[in-house]
Amino acid sequence: MSEGAVGSLVALIYLLSAILFIFGLKQLARVRTARTGNMISAVAMLLAVVGTLLDLGLVDYRWILAGLVLGSLIGSVLAVRVPMTSMPEMVAILNGFGGAASALVVIAIYWVDIAEKGTTGISAALMGDAEAITAFLSILIGGVTFSGSVVAYAKLSGKIRGGPILLPGRHALNILLLVGAVALGLFFSYGVADPVQGAAVVWLLLALSLVLGVLLVIPIGGADMPVVVSLLNSYSGIAAAATGFVIGNNLLIISGSMVGAAGIILTRIMCKAMNRSLVSVVLGGFGGESSGGTQGAGEYVSTRSAGAEEAAMSLEAARKVVMVPGYGLAVAQAQHAVRELGELLQKRGVQVLYAIHPVAGRMPGHMNVLLAEADIPYEQLWEMERINPEFRDTDVVIVLGANDVVNPAAISRRDSPIFGMPILEVHHARSVYVVKRSLGAGYAGIKNELFEQANTMMVFGDAKQVLQELIGEIKGL
Amino acid sequence: MVLGPLMIGLYVFVLSIFIGFEVINKVPATLHTPLMSGANAISGITIVGALYTAQTADVTVSNILGAAAITLAMINVVGGYLVTDRMLRMFGRKR
Repeated sequence: MSEGAVGSLVALIYLLSAILFIFGLKQLARVRTARTGNMISAVAMLLAVVGTLLDLGLVDYRWILAGLVLGSLIGSVLAVRVPMTSMPEMVAILNGFGGAASALVVIAIYWVDIAEKGTTGISAALMGDAEAITAFLSILIGGVTFSGSVVAYAKLSGKIRGGPILLPGRHALNILLLVGAVALGLFFSYGVADPVQGAAVVWLLLALSLVLGVLLVIPIGGADMPVVVSLLNSYSGIAAAATGFVIGNNLLIISGSMVGAAGIILTRIMCKAMNRSLVSVVLGGFGGESSGGTQGAGEYVSTRSAGAEEAAMSLEAARKVVMVPGYGLAVAQAQHAVRELGELLQKRGVQVLYAIHPVAGRMPGHMNVLLAEADIPYEQLWEMERINPEFRDTDVVIVLGANDVVNPAAISRRDSPIFGMPILEVHHARSVYVVKRSLGAGYAGIKNELFEQANTMMVFGDAKQVLQELIGEIKGL
Repeated sequence: MVLGPLMIGLYVFVLSIFIGFEVINKVPATLHTPLMSGANAISGITIVGALYTAQTADVTVSNILGAAAITLAMINVVGGYLVTDRMLRMFGRKR
């Protein structure tokens, strides 16, 4: 950073930026202030960029401008065009870019300071011990974040199979790669003294990190992917903090480590809501196709099915209806159809509520976004703790593409793999209609006892199609 | 005792982790996705590092790497803040 007055001014701008990041993130975590919080954080980022440009002073801006313009353009086009249903994969890929940027910054610095000058000497002596070690960490973590996020993106967007891809001996292989990367990092810091060889070591380290990122994420099933994205989000923060150590910039250290810590906390909250332990998520192998076969699901002996006409009649006669949207609704893109049905019922004097399980949708909180986008009033979206006592005096519950989150086995069966998971207690309602494509198991791969209850009717079909049929029937009544 | 820049950095690092833990305590499930996306935008702070790397007009490996880093970080920053705002705008909307 510059000396003298400009240096002090820049340092103060960075301090202000750091304060705004903290306030922004804090407000982002509260519903009422979230949007303002995001804007405060964006202002903090703008300040950081302005401060840095001020610090640079008069340099040649050609490359810098090219990068700024191109990046802003691509970023805004992506952000404006992405449909709300694709938000999980969008977050994943953006996060990957952040990780890649951190790794590239450090590599570029090595090139400017050492490789292109042809300076001879070990990196730890040329850059400083801490700088060399954190440079290695930034490349490793940034690389893992990038390739891991790309795999998460591909899985979430269906470009590759969502299920776990299990390689034989994968744990041993990962440990071997990690040990190899650490050894290379130490060699980079204290071993190699020739700049050409040093450059080769840097590329090798990047390659190794990229392979490690892929191998770490492919064994993890699609349903666990949100947790992985959150964890990778934390990594990208840590990578930025490591870059901060390399260039001696406290702002990067502050914001990077804050994001790293926030990401870990968020990951833990999500794991809890999904009844998964972080260790078992990371080890992989669990969770696959959302509508996967019936393996381990057990046979259903006494389910009853109904058509749209029957369901429409009991909806028409109800006083209070609760809709339970799940993953299947998001897949069928049926959120607008739900709203239409809800409005139709309300016009006929029926009270309509939406029960939102913490992990409904494709990512925790995703269902709220999807339903809000479909113009369903926020006041009608009730969270689990608030809606559960309501089911006892609810006439009709319509479960739309949700499965495990309404399985009473989570409460009643100690031996069930989902025992202890918080669920929506729809089984207390007078009648339950489950709209589902088949009797296939949810991602926990188990039988749902709700489907065999006497007051449950299965309505087989695609969520959107069934909803449209219901709307037609009710309009015709 | 005089702290060198590394030690100051370490202090800052550890204390900021505590701030991160403290700030994201008890966040409602509704906000998980936007929060992840908003925090993700903040990790684009690496843009500051990227800006220091491409200071000449020459076509060199370092400048190309630097410009690539600036581009990627900027996609992360601009894309991240905009999608987060798009999601949050839905919550505040009144009909």
